[in-house]
Amino acid sequence: MPLELFLDLYSPPCRAIYIFAKKNGIPFEFRSVELGRGEHLKPEFLKVNPLGKVPALRDGDFLLAESVAILLYLSRKYQTAPYWYPPDLQARARVDEYLAWQHTAIQLPAANVYLCKSLLPHFSGQPVDTVRLDRLLGKLKPALQHLDQEVLAAKPFLATEQVSLADLMAFTELMQPTAVGCDLFRDWPRLAAWRARVEAALGPELVQNAHKLVLQPRDPRDAQQDPRLAQELVHRLQERLS
Amino acid sequence: MGLELYLDLLSASCRAVYIFARKNNIPFDFQFVDLLKGHHHSKEYIKINPLKKVPSLKDGKFVLSESVAILFYLCRKYSTPSHWYPPDLHTRARVDEFMAWQHTAIQMPMSRIFWIKMLIPMITGEEVPDEKVEQMLAEVKNSMQLFEEKFLQDKMFIAGDHISLADVVALVEMMQPMGGNYNVFLNSSKIAEWRMRVELAIGPSLFGEAHDRLMRLAEWDSSTLDPMVKERICELLQKFK
Repeated sequence: MPLELFLDLYSPPCRAIYIFAKKNGIPFEFRSVELGRGEHLKPEFLKVNPLGKVPALRDGDFLLAESVAILLYLSRKYQTAPYWYPPDLQARARVDEYLAWQHTAIQLPAANVYLCKSLLPHFSGQPVDTVRLDRLLGKLKPALQHLDQEVLAAKPFLATEQVSLADLMAFTELMQPTAVGCDLFRDWPRLAAWRARVEAALGPELVQNAHKLVLQPRDPRDAQQDPRLAQELVHRLQERLS
Repeated sequence: MGLELYLDLLSASCRAVYIFARKNNIPFDFQFVDLLKGHHHSKEYIKINPLKKVPSLKDGKFVLSESVAILFYLCRKYSTPSHWYPPDLHTRARVDEFMAWQHTAIQMPMSRIFWIKMLIPMITGEEVPDEKVEQMLAEVKNSMQLFEEKFLQDKMFIAGDHISLADVVALVEMMQPMGGNYNVFLNSSKIAEWRMRVELAIGPSLFGEAHDRLMRLAEWDSSTLDPMVKERICELLQKFK
């Protein structure tokens, strides 16, 4: 049985893994888990990842959750080029530092912006709550400022002189709100320049492919397909964003 | 100048780094960054870590933040015994998996319980509304359940038969609510037994020493609290209302 990656390309960490695997020629079976249909909550998927989240990996009998763990696993198993996770002690520490920090500093607040701008209106049928959106964007600002003014002032990529797992994760995360109209790069010139560099390093075509789904406006009819699920999702989102 | 670790043992992430360094006899200078006195906002400390957080590591000119990154760095630089971060592909992935998950699933909710049960009432004199408290306790309960069912299962430790970084990080974070007299270990004998195993492996004396400041917080004179810190705590209370 070949390597299976359980992904929904609406999810930034899934895109990071997808891009990484494709870029490195790692053969895998794409197992689609549609978050919008609540497939991540179904018993079948919970057998793969009891945490009920994507991405997830199955390699024979071995199951693995958490995008950072999956990226490190793939980089080791397939012995990818060293720049992704440099062997030098300090360079590696910089990548580790970003990958740890980003969970609460980037991923969580960026996801919340996306949920407020796109997912909640889609499933509730209500317009965007602009007051709440501003508040959520405000929470992301210190992290963006840190990256633009401090981290990228000293080097071209987030951890070292070359693209690494840190840039890959950051790129797909920052693209999430940007793809739905909250351009996170607009006020931060170094971050915008970094974005172009990362896109060039990953390959523009691959990046486009990975982001095709999130860049498309959602079809409002999708939300009405399962009203009970929509209601459940709206409830969860309201709780999360309050 | 030798290795410096900037710490306040009130913080779980600091305790993980402290315990690991001491257990492995890694020589370092303990630089106390008193969170209650607002030292993390001081000009001196901002030069070390502009994010104003602890722990930080300074090794010559190299400065590193994030406890997970610091733990990996120390493992590698000081070639600590391999069970801390096992070299086997699958076992290492299990440690990585927990280290990634814990940021939002364990550290955040455990820290929140500590704030709402201890720091906020102590400093503002007000209690957080019951509804919010119940919500947070439910979140902690859910995380502990997932921890037991997915990460611990029937093993001795998270990675298998031996203690690893994951167990140290997990336990110090689960200890945080103890500072507010809230014990998350009561509902599961499996977790309680794992806790004892980890404490024993670390060494009860070292473990106790690392947690002393947290456990004695109730005795602390809150009038010495830095005003900026107090302001932040009052702001936090508003968020919960």
